[in-house]
Amino acid sequence: MKRNWALTPYLIWMIIFIVVPLALVVYYGITVNTDSGVAFSLSNFKRFAEPIYLRVLWRSIKLAIISTIICLIIGYPVAMILAGNSFKHKNVMVMLLVVPMWMNFLLRTYAWLTLLEKNGIINSILGKFGLPMLNILYTESAVILGMVYNFLPFMILPIYSVMSKMDYSLIEAAEDLGANSLIVFRRVIFPLSLPGVVSGITMVFMPAVTTFVISRLLGGGQFTLIGNLIEQQFLYVGDWNFGSTMSLIMMVIILISMLFMNKADGPERSGGLW
Amino acid sequence: MVRRFINKFYVLLVFLFLYAPIFVLMVYSFNDSRSRGNWEGFTLRWYVELFSDRQIMSALYYTIIIGVLSAVISTIIGTAAAIGLDRLGGFRRELVMNITYLPVLNPDIVTGIALMILFVFARLQLGFITLLLSHITFNIPYVMLSVLPKLKQLDKNLYEAALDLGATPGYAFKTVILPEIMPGVITGALLAFTLSIDDFVISFFTTGSGVSNLSIAIYSMARRGINPRINALSTLMFLIVLALLIIVNIRMSKENNGKGEKNYASKKQVFASASSSDRVSSSRLYELEQQ
Amino acid sequence: MAEHIIELRNVSKDYEGTEALKGIDLKIHKNEFVTLLGPSGCGKTTTLRIIGGFEQPTTGEVLFEGVNISELPPYKRRVNTVFQRYALFPHMDVYENIAFGLRIKKLDEATIEQKVSRMLSLVNLSGYERRSVTSLSGGQQQRIAIARALVNEPEVLLLDEPLGALDLKLRKEMQIELKNMQQALGITFIYVTHDQEEALTMSDTVVVMSEGEIQQIGSPVDIYNEPENAFVADFIGESNIIDGIMLRDELVIIQGKEFPCVDKGFAKDELVDVVIRPEDIKLVPESEGILTGVVESVIFKGVHYEMLVKCEDYHWMVHSTLMEAEGTRVGLTVLPNDIHIMHKMRTSTASQEVEVGHE
Repeated sequence: MKRNWALTPYLIWMIIFIVVPLALVVYYGITVNTDSGVAFSLSNFKRFAEPIYLRVLWRSIKLAIISTIICLIIGYPVAMILAGNSFKHKNVMVMLLVVPMWMNFLLRTYAWLTLLEKNGIINSILGKFGLPMLNILYTESAVILGMVYNFLPFMILPIYSVMSKMDYSLIEAAEDLGANSLIVFRRVIFPLSLPGVVSGITMVFMPAVTTFVISRLLGGGQFTLIGNLIEQQFLYVGDWNFGSTMSLIMMVIILISMLFMNKADGPERSGGLW
Repeated sequence: MVRRFINKFYVLLVFLFLYAPIFVLMVYSFNDSRSRGNWEGFTLRWYVELFSDRQIMSALYYTIIIGVLSAVISTIIGTAAAIGLDRLGGFRRELVMNITYLPVLNPDIVTGIALMILFVFARLQLGFITLLLSHITFNIPYVMLSVLPKLKQLDKNLYEAALDLGATPGYAFKTVILPEIMPGVITGALLAFTLSIDDFVISFFTTGSGVSNLSIAIYSMARRGINPRINALSTLMFLIVLALLIIVNIRMSKENNGKGEKNYASKKQVFASASSSDRVSSSRLYELEQQ
Repeated sequence: MAEHIIELRNVSKDYEGTEALKGIDLKIHKNEFVTLLGPSGCGKTTTLRIIGGFEQPTTGEVLFEGVNISELPPYKRRVNTVFQRYALFPHMDVYENIAFGLRIKKLDEATIEQKVSRMLSLVNLSGYERRSVTSLSGGQQQRIAIARALVNEPEVLLLDEPLGALDLKLRKEMQIELKNMQQALGITFIYVTHDQEEALTMSDTVVVMSEGEIQQIGSPVDIYNEPENAFVADFIGESNIIDGIMLRDELVIIQGKEFPCVDKGFAKDELVDVVIRPEDIKLVPESEGILTGVVESVIFKGVHYEMLVKCEDYHWMVHSTLMEAEGTRVGLTVLPNDIHIMHKMRTSTASQEVEVGHE
């Protein structure tokens, strides 16, 4: 009670800049502008159910899932190797993993153009070895590559974090009980690393499903994702109602995936918001 | 032996993947050609021209000024909020915490358009002020998340002990509470600054009137082809950050010799998460560390 | 000039519906060493915090030398506290911790230095001025906490289980040191503990509390020898507590047998609690005992043997320096002076509460 003066500025801030804006999104999402004024309507949800939009939604989810899986496949071994004893200075290695993120992510993504272009660096290297050209720029593959590139560290770090805290004597105990290295992995290491995996999946899937920048830069505008649709509605089309409706749908997707992931994470971590 | 070699080789490949674009970017900042792709010889001219480029300099100016201002303001509000929240219990605390998490968990694009709707609704001209307000908004939760654990560790009796010895509440806060939570406050401020200078999506929707930060400048340039001056600037910034990181690390490991291990580890984690550009991710990493 | 330095009048404290204190009345003399004793959750720490000003009483008032200080914040009260877990400021060294209160009073540096070094020599830690408080042992931190409070020359020192975190040997040493300090400085000490032995060793007056109420106030000897009810008897030392019927003045029936005693003023045939200390029961040959029973267990306790003697359905706890083997049939006698008769506690659930309190 006594020190609530400390909380007051934030409470006011929170209401104005968090609660009210979201309420406005909800308001726009469930209303339409008619000649006689604003009216409650779910017609924008119906509109989203049209195949053209559903295809965009499906593509967003599909690309995000593919990227997440690729990140997991590439990232899990990296996390495991880093947590193991292959490298003397683990901390330095982890730091090196994080360092690229200090460069503006738009620029890093943009640099892939240089690498992927028809006459770009990768193709000139491939050409020197007489290998076939790689023409993935402005395709779905390029978008996936961009997602994997940008979000891979978010898969590696949480898994590494869990694995490096793992009690090594558990592995020794399993070996002592006669488990070979495959069984040790399947029965001990992998189950124990699951919280990290779950975190990693959420951390990759969420930004991947909502991005509009990667698809714009590497997909050349052809591969419209739900993020691009929302951007267009607000900045070019000016249909805030439809844009808000799609934002609400996106929030629901995130909500569902987080609920799903939290469940996978085990009951002990439930609580909090989602 | 073989296995260890394979392991190292694999990690090396992944690191190559992560560093390739950065390497390309840096190399091309020395390329004596306007277009990307062709190598036409070494030059430092982009580094020279950089400082007379109005657009880039103005974007840099806004990036830094918004970064500093939003970090300072969000640190003040966020620290105060954490202190107030620490005293709160039960249902009200849960409610405030959950609302605080909203901008952390919400997709950036939703936060961005929500704020944009608010500003337009309130007839605020999109520009410097709206950009600053947005950055403060998305920074406050990170400051709170940095300070709250420190408050939790704090022995509640310390504050009472200070009062008991004659300190007024204000004096007790200044001499006892603040020094104890300072590491969390500094972490929060650094995190806020980093997130601010790196933000694109929310800034993109909440600015206007020709006010743009570096990310927005880069995005708008991307269509016409990136100006090599931007590459030069990014290279410079990247090297500065890298140098700072190394200095801090050396200093911390020196400190580490004198003091406990614990401090070092936690600071390191903070740096790891502070440096990840994505807000959701940093918060998830945080959560992971708290477990 | 009021005769009591601290007085609590009908002080109660509610925490969101639960009553931590139920109308406490307490008077504390100047220079007295008062201990608030009771099991955890009995309200002793709450009482201390109300005196210190960290909690506001829901009703009632706190008087300091006759003046109501209920509304006064902690920093305006002439009392200082030694906290349970020391609460030393970790970012300050020993010197700065002790000097904290003096700096607030804006004393000049020379005076501060002199006072701090005097305090340090009082707690036997001279030369520790520039040490970091986190590098000190528990016992040393405790001394610093005491020095930090005493340097402000409080009229009353509040101590909240200050020795709770120390090991047994250190605790015994500190008990004696604290008592000596209190006598040398002539300051009123209000001491909170759940350790009855500590309370009996150090105090001038012991206040036994349970469930937010004061059960008994008295000198250690009174509390031990003349417990006012079964709770106090049970909490202070070990006791056999058994139902009895008061036949008339100075005669009580226990387990169907008549025992002469010294208590008077009970109603005829009143159901009472009878309290007998284990060391007050004498084991005699079977034929000479008022009660007879079988020794069920024997435990060697160092100074004495602790034996459980089963008489009908009750196990008597007996302390004796002489051992009877397990299975021996023995007689039990008790001197009239050693039988303590008390009114039954308020309700039938009272006996259960005692059980809980005892843990």
